[in-house]
Amino acid sequence: MEQNFDLPEIHTPENLVYTKTKVLTDNVMHYCPGCGHGTTHRLVAEVIDEMGIQGQVIGVAPVGCSVLAYNYFDIDMQEAAHGRAPAVATGIKRVFPDKFVFTYQGDGDLAAIGTGETIHACNRGENITILFINNGIYGMTGGQMAPTTLPGMPTSTSPYGRDVKMMGNPLKITELVAMLPGTYFVTRQAVHTPALVRKAKKAIRMAFENQKLNRGVSFVEIVSNCNSGWKLPPVQAIKWLEENMLPFYPLGDIKVNGEMVSK
Amino acid sequence: MAKVKGDVVIDIERCKGCEICNTACPNQVLSMSTQVNSKGYRFAIKVNADCIGCANCAIVCPDGVITVYKTKV
Ligand SMILES: Cc1ncc(C[n+]2csc(CCOP(=O)(O)OP(=O)(O)O)c2C)c(N)n1
Ligand code: SF4
Ligand code: SF4
Ligand code: SF4
Ligand SMILES: [Mg+2]
Repeated sequence: MEQNFDLPEIHTPENLVYTKTKVLTDNVMHYCPGCGHGTTHRLVAEVIDEMGIQGQVIGVAPVGCSVLAYNYFDIDMQEAAHGRAPAVATGIKRVFPDKFVFTYQGDGDLAAIGTGETIHACNRGENITILFINNGIYGMTGGQMAPTTLPGMPTSTSPYGRDVKMMGNPLKITELVAMLPGTYFVTRQAVHTPALVRKAKKAIRMAFENQKLNRGVSFVEIVSNCNSGWKLPPVQAIKWLEENMLPFYPLGDIKVNGEMVSK
Repeated sequence: MAKVKGDVVIDIERCKGCEICNTACPNQVLSMSTQVNSKGYRFAIKVNADCIGCANCAIVCPDGVITVYKTKV
């Protein structure tokens, strides 16, 4: 039997430091153990909770592992066809300019089939928030190569590693959209350590707050893990992310208040 | 200086055994059970009384499994 270290006497409301926000439903998320989609969902829900906008926010879910995001956020949500979330969000925001409208999209969704929708929504400067979960792979469909897959990275459709001569270079779509006049805030974050979680949450908060200014797209990339697609246990996948994803996809703000951040 | 005492409550049925919370804890409070929950996952457990209520474990948990309390003693 394991030893009991419970301290029930301190479990009082005034001592409460952290508990799951009510903006997430009690449904158990279908994500694999340790998947960054879960952590990112939590941060988005916490921001909505802390801003007090649960009734004023509309999310657009993608196709990909997060296709069922609407089962987990206790807010109004709309499902979009694969890659079309920025176009759907454009329509919703134009009909309801006073709502906070966001998309939640994987890298296959946003940077492959949805590249056109992404770039044009960013170039038009729609007043929406785009949350981009980049795990460098098509998680949902069995770990195929994505535009974001790293050079040399093995996937089910690049079993010997991505050969950039044959398969092309990975697309840094976040840097690309930062070049467009319609983006107001562009940042790249991650959620695999406590410090990074705190930073990412601040960035997501800013990306929602910016909608009050009506200055264009706020775009937050989250460099995330796909343990199943990468075929690594969660803690090892995080190490792999730090050693391989982060050198290629460096974290930090790229554009703030409409100005490029000088590096 | 007042000492801080913390405690975590782990919703073991929602835990998926990813172990990310274990690595995030500054005081090695967390480890994994030898038993499994009804989904077949080993779940996070406390293995010492050194929790300071920093919430690192809770904020990296993808599944919102952990509730954290903290008080001064
Ligand atoms: C029109 C269309 N083409 C292809 C698919 C198959 N498909 C489903 S999800 C997906 C890619 C998912 O990858 P990503 O967006 O990176 O999400 P992840 O699962 O990695 O979070 C693809 C190609 C589809 N559902 N619809
Ligand atoms: S397949 Fe990958 S992205 Fe999808 S839930 Fe599992 S770990 Fe997450
Ligand atoms: S609250 Fe902090 S000290 Fe307590 S178990 Fe979690 S990470 Fe460890
Ligand atoms: S991070 Fe959450 S799901 Fe993973 S082992 Fe810890 S409590 Fe369980
Ligand atoms: Mg992906």
